[in-house]
Amino acid sequence: MGKILADLLRFNIEFRIGALLVGLALIIAALSIFSPYSPIDVYTVPPDVPPSSAYWLGTTSRGQDVFWQLTFALRNTLLFGFAVAILSRIFSLVIGLVSGYKGGWVDRVLMAINDTFIIIPLFPLLVLCYFVLRDSMSWALLALIMASLGWAYDARLIRSVAMSLKTREYTRTGVFSGMSTREILMQEHLPHVMPIVFSTTMNNINWSIGLEVTLSVLGFTDINTPTIGGMIYWANQHTAMVAGVWWWIAFPIAAIVMTFVGLFLLAVSMNEYIDPRSRLNRMGGGAS
Amino acid sequence: MSGYPVYFAKRLAQFALVVFIGVNLAYFITHATPIDPVEQSIAAVTNFSGTAPDAIAQMRSSLRELYGLTGTPRQQYLSFWSRIVRADFGPSLSAFPTPVSTLVFRALPWTVGLLVTSTIATWILGNLLGGLAGYYQKNRALKAMGVIAMTLHPIPYYIVAFVLLIIFGFVWPVLPISGGSAMNLPQGWNWAFISSVLRHSILPAMSLILIGLGSWFLGMRSLVSNIVTEDHVRYAELAGVSSRRILVSYVMRNALAPQVTGLAMSLGGIFNGAIITERVFGYPGVGTLLIDAVYAGDYGLVLGVTTISILGVSLGVLIIDLIYPLIDPRVQAR
Repeated sequence: MGKILADLLRFNIEFRIGALLVGLALIIAALSIFSPYSPIDVYTVPPDVPPSSAYWLGTTSRGQDVFWQLTFALRNTLLFGFAVAILSRIFSLVIGLVSGYKGGWVDRVLMAINDTFIIIPLFPLLVLCYFVLRDSMSWALLALIMASLGWAYDARLIRSVAMSLKTREYTRTGVFSGMSTREILMQEHLPHVMPIVFSTTMNNINWSIGLEVTLSVLGFTDINTPTIGGMIYWANQHTAMVAGVWWWIAFPIAAIVMTFVGLFLLAVSMNEYIDPRSRLNRMGGGAS
Repeated sequence: MSGYPVYFAKRLAQFALVVFIGVNLAYFITHATPIDPVEQSIAAVTNFSGTAPDAIAQMRSSLRELYGLTGTPRQQYLSFWSRIVRADFGPSLSAFPTPVSTLVFRALPWTVGLLVTSTIATWILGNLLGGLAGYYQKNRALKAMGVIAMTLHPIPYYIVAFVLLIIFGFVWPVLPISGGSAMNLPQGWNWAFISSVLRHSILPAMSLILIGLGSWFLGMRSLVSNIVTEDHVRYAELAGVSSRRILVSYVMRNALAPQVTGLAMSLGGIFNGAIITERVFGYPGVGTLLIDAVYAGDYGLVLGVTTISILGVSLGVLIIDLIYPLIDPRVQAR
């Protein structure tokens, strides 16, 4: 694993840029430990100060330091993305592996449900969730809801890998030596789908963060937990663009765009690494 | 038994399943709530205006039935379905006494119009440019397009729409940034109204196209660059077929089939994007309707928009699936 990462860093420019951007985002998020202010306190600094040496990224109309607020917001947003990604990985791994290995009617039923979840527009459902839960809609609950809605696409990818693993020699050896289905899936197949799980994790983080930002910009989440979307929400509430407090909106957007592009580049370069055809192309050999 | 009828039946079954699961999810969500949404909605409405007591009582009973809080769980479930089948979501709270279905069907043409045109434009443009970029891999301009597509593609709809709003609303105000048409124009089939609609749709459509372009471009590029290395393309080259003909009928044609499947798969996501785009640009479609309904605490309207959007998206997927055999003849042969 370590050697693969080192190789990717050395030979793949997309991976290098992606790692740089994500690393930067992680550093900003980690700086929240050193923040002199509590993230939920308001009017701790003079409001509406443009970026200066005292307040690097300016201050908000609510009297918060944009830089320190940003560190908390990015931390929470990233944590949210990771939480959703890890939870939904479990769903998609179980469904993908079982469906691909079992085949037959199990596969047909699971994939019919799977395709349904791919097709259904999730945003109205999430809005409906917020609408009935209102103030009880917490950060963790939203992560759980999104994870239980957002596994389908990756389950299909994992299934396609599992289907080819099923026909390999060692699977048959495992069956003949009396391993249970669970043992075969956990011990024999799981390690082989891990690369694709990692690359889909990045895309899933992007997907969930995107939805979270959108929901919280509209005020449809717990707006008192600082997130990137929450920052834009409060800026919009104080009509920051009209008032000329552009730094309140520009920096959160810049931070989130940086994170998105970074995660996406990581996913793309890992996909390319997993796909042997493109690896051959890169080495200059291959069919062409 | 094989061929198109079987394919047709399978697609129809999938459509029914999507609608079934979607409506059940909506039912489950509205019934899993720990708080009483009826009293909350009524409190939200009566806060703002002095409504007559008997009107409130009528509203409460209608809402109770709509939420399915009357009768046994089985009756509740069945009455929920019967309302959905009849597209009867009761009167809207925020626009009392207009029925929810009237509001939704008034907003639907805007959304469908915006969505269909921008999706088709995105799909054609993305696949064309992606195909060219996959075939002419040395071309500088197409390479640069790849980089732009890669940067724009992962950014969520909201951010792109919002940035466009800032650019064309504050920095360089040349285009209308809000509404579906000019306020003072009566709706009708005349040039003044149509041109106003077109002008107002430029920014929402542009944000949808900008975001969607990337995935089709990247997908088509990788598909084409794989197909180019296949034997039948090599053979056509050796046989002296013109490179344009190779690109169009030997490469692109083969790459299109997975892209059509991709279009069906991503329709739900595109619809999510349209909702948000509409909200940012104040476009009078179902997205604006949905979000305003949440702010107004209008339960029937939220539920109505949710179920009708699930129906609409799955219908769109069904249509794409049914025309798919025209592009991939193998479906009929199998």
